Order: sequence, then structure tokens, then C-alpha cells
Amino acid sequence: MSRAVLRYGAPLGVGLLLLGAWQAAVTAYQVPSYLVPSPLTVLATLQQDWGLLSRSLAFTLAVTLAALLLAVLIGVATAFLFVQSRVIEASLFPYAVLLQVTPIVAIAPLIIIWVKNTSIALVVCATIVALFPIVSNTTLGLRSVDPGLLELFRLYGAGRWDTLVRLRVPGALPYFFAGLRVSAGLALIGAVVAEFVAGTGGTVSGLAYQILLSGLQLNIPRLFAALFLIAATGIVLSVLTALCARLALRRWHESELSPQ
Amino acid sequence: MTAIALTAADKLFANGVRALQPVTLAVEEGEFVTIVGPSGCGKSTLLRLVAALTEPTTGRVGLWPGAPAAFQADRRRLAFVFQSAMLLAWADVEKNVRLPFDLGHARAADRELAAARVNRALAVVGLEEFRRAYPRELSGGMQMRVSIARALVTQPALLLMDEPFAALDEITRLRLDRELAELWVRERLTVLFVTHSIFEAVFLSTRVLVMSARPGRIVGEVAIDEPQPRAESFRLSTAFAGYCARLSQMLATGMEPTAESAAA
Repeated sequence: MSRAVLRYGAPLGVGLLLLGAWQAAVTAYQVPSYLVPSPLTVLATLQQDWGLLSRSLAFTLAVTLAALLLAVLIGVATAFLFVQSRVIEASLFPYAVLLQVTPIVAIAPLIIIWVKNTSIALVVCATIVALFPIVSNTTLGLRSVDPGLLELFRLYGAGRWDTLVRLRVPGALPYFFAGLRVSAGLALIGAVVAEFVAGTGGTVSGLAYQILLSGLQLNIPRLFAALFLIAATGIVLSVLTALCARLALRRWHESELSPQ
Repeated sequence: MTAIALTAADKLFANGVRALQPVTLAVEEGEFVTIVGPSGCGKSTLLRLVAALTEPTTGRVGLWPGAPAAFQADRRRLAFVFQSAMLLAWADVEKNVRLPFDLGHARAADRELAAARVNRALAVVGLEEFRRAYPRELSGGMQMRVSIARALVTQPALLLMDEPFAALDEITRLRLDRELAELWVRERLTVLFVTHSIFEAVFLSTRVLVMSARPGRIVGEVAIDEPQPRAESFRLSTAFAGYCARLSQMLATGMEPTAESAAA
């Protein structure tokens, strides 16, 4: 009981306190809403512009989820490829790092020019950003097998396939989920950043585009509303991936044990 | 019949370190042979040679050398218990014990046979009620029991054990020693056991081999001629103390550098 209060109640309390202070400050000092809108104004805008904002939310969410799915598929496949041989890993890993360290804002314009369909271009950008944690974590997980267990498998004549499916893959799951959680956040960041770059094209209508447009029109309450939706999306994604990890690992892995 | 035959088998590691000097050794069916020696003397290497987990640099290692080739090639006759339990953390007790039937050599064509064998192995180690438990929910001693059940599930004739109880507390260790002694009599196993505990060696074995410090060499042998299975009171007998004293003496002699190893 007290644990649940601490876990959910405490951060909620801090949030309410901050919102209350914000509301009070804006009201007390009569700050105009085109500078800093009060939380209640933002809430009203959210309600009022919901038709527009929900469409943008759906678009950004679709790009993010598509990118995350692609990052998982490509990332896991790459990790499997890497553990097949040290030569493959040594030859390709530096390029995975290169992809990771190049800022997405720097390559997004190119991708948007090269890929005709803007939505697909956004998915490509977000995928590139989200890919690396999955590749590196899954590779590490597939490699981190107890040598004693490998010997046990050899003793019972296990082939490559059995060793992969019954030993390496289950052993890699905790690492994979750690990567997934980071990648989920990165996919959203990638989607938003790419949209900012593409935004001036005017054909996309994601949340980042709403922010850009609201900024130009000095519609600050709507800017805040869009910002709020992006943050909320990030939190939901983080909670969902944590939940996936919990469902998959709770019986056996230390990271998901509920303290007694 | 001879179950294990080593003929001048030795082991040089790739880095040039000699782990084992040539060892010649025969273990008869039904024996419980224990190897004692200081840490790093090559006891484990010897066990790994027998399990074919590593190849001898020179010399020969054979299982049932007198038997037909097909009999020798049947790897199911051999099981290995490691120093730690080596369980799959993501699988429950039953799935862990069943593992040998899910892999290469012992892949069970008959699911019912596997299920019956798993039940029997769990009964032998007294873990029937824990079949749905996960390894981390079990104590160290229980984990080791699961490991032993997994080794027994293929009904091996030969059990190789590499300091299986070394990581356990003394009380658990004494109990598992007793259980193993009973198991050995009941299942008519041949056991090759490695330990650095003289007491454990004397209590369990029909024969104890003493190894010298690295590079390992068998420097002595003591037959423990006592009725089986042994009662706990054997540990308190004068005979027990006598065996231990003789083994300690041999170990102390084996620790001194020999002319051979000094030259090497």
C-alpha cells in the first residue's frame, strides 16, 4: 500500500504542486497567454483544438510506432547477423556507430529529398535514430551466455539452432528489453526532429508541425498543448515498454523482481 | 567392465601451460572414484578430458574400451554435474530437468518416456513439489539437486562431478553427500568425483586418487574399504580419521615441487 503511494502518489503530488504554482503565478502576475499560458488555458485549448491536435497526434504516433517496429525488426536481425561471426561484427559495427553518432538533423534533409513520400521519409529518419540501442543491446545479450551453459549444451549434443533458440535468445531478452525502452523514446524524438526538418514542406501535419506553426502564429496555448501531447506520448511509450519487459521477465529475471 | 580408461593422457593449453602430466587411469563399472588435489592442479581438466569437452594433447581417453563401437558412441551414458548448478534461469524446474531430452543426443522421440523420466528424476532428488518453481526461487542446495536430477534424467551409467557441492554451506553439503552416497548404491552408477575436501572424498568413495600441484600428476591412491552406503557415524570413526591422515600426508608430499616439474 505505502509502496504504491510512494510509486504513483509522490510523483503525482509533485506534478499537481508544480501545476498549481504555475497557475497561481500566471494568475497573480497576469502573464499574457501569448507568453506563458496557464495550465487551465492549455487544457481549454486542448479541448477546443482536439480535432486538429488528435489528427496530428495520430500521425506522429503512427510514424513513431512504425519506426520502432522497423528498428526492432532490423535491429534484432542485425544483432543475429553480428553474433554469427566476429568478422561480420568487426566489419559492420563501426558503421552502426557512425549511424548513431551522426545527428539526425544533419541527415534528415537528405532523406527527405531522396525519399519522395514524406511520411516514409519521417519513418526512415526515426528508425535510424531508434536502431542503435536495439542492435548493441541485443548483440551484447546474445553474446553474454554463461560458458558453462554452452558446455552443457555441447555435452548434450545441441546444435547451433538449439543453442540459439533455447539458450542465446532467452538469455538476451533482458538486454533486448533494456534497448527497446531506450529506442521507444528515441523513435519519438526521431519522429519529432524529422518533422521539424520536413515541416516547412507543409504537407505533413504531425505534432511537431503544429508546434512550428503555432510558434509562427504566436498561438502559444496551442504550442503548449502540442508539447503536452508529445510528452504524454513519450511517457505512455516508456510505460508500455516497461510493461512488456515486466510481462516477459517477471518470473525469472532480477530486474523485474518485486521486492519482498 | 572398465568404464573409463586414460592412457598416458596429458594436456597442454594453447598458451603453453601444462595443465596435466600424462595420466594413466582405469575406473571400473560401479566404482566411486574421487580425485583430490589442490586448486588449479588439473582435476577439472582430467574430468573434462573424460567428458570429451577437451581433447588430450597426447595419449588416449576411452569410455568402455572393451565395448562395441556403437555402445561407446552413445553419449547418453555420460552425465556431467558442474561446480555451479548451471540452470536455465528462464525455465522452471521441470523444464530444466527435461532439457537433455530437448537437445541433440537425447532428443526424445517419445514424449511420455521423457515425462516419466523427469518425474522419476525429480522424485529421486525429492523435488516433485517444486516442479513449477524457477531456479532463483530455490536455495543453493535445491538448485544443485535440480542439476543432479537433470544429470540423472537420461539414466546415465557414468556420472562426472566437478566439485558439485563446493559452493554450498557445510550443513547442506553433508546432507547432499549422504544423498549422493545413497543414490550411487541405488542407481548402480559409476562416479568420477572431483573435490578438494578430503573428508568428502573419504566419506563417498571406494577409491581416492591424490593429485599433485600443477602440472597435475597422480601421486597416490587410497582404497576406502568400508561397507556401503556409509552411515553418518563413519565420519566419527578411527578408520575415517586414518584414511584422512593418509590422504593429507600424500597431498602434503604432492605439494612439494618434484624434480620433473622443477625441470619443466
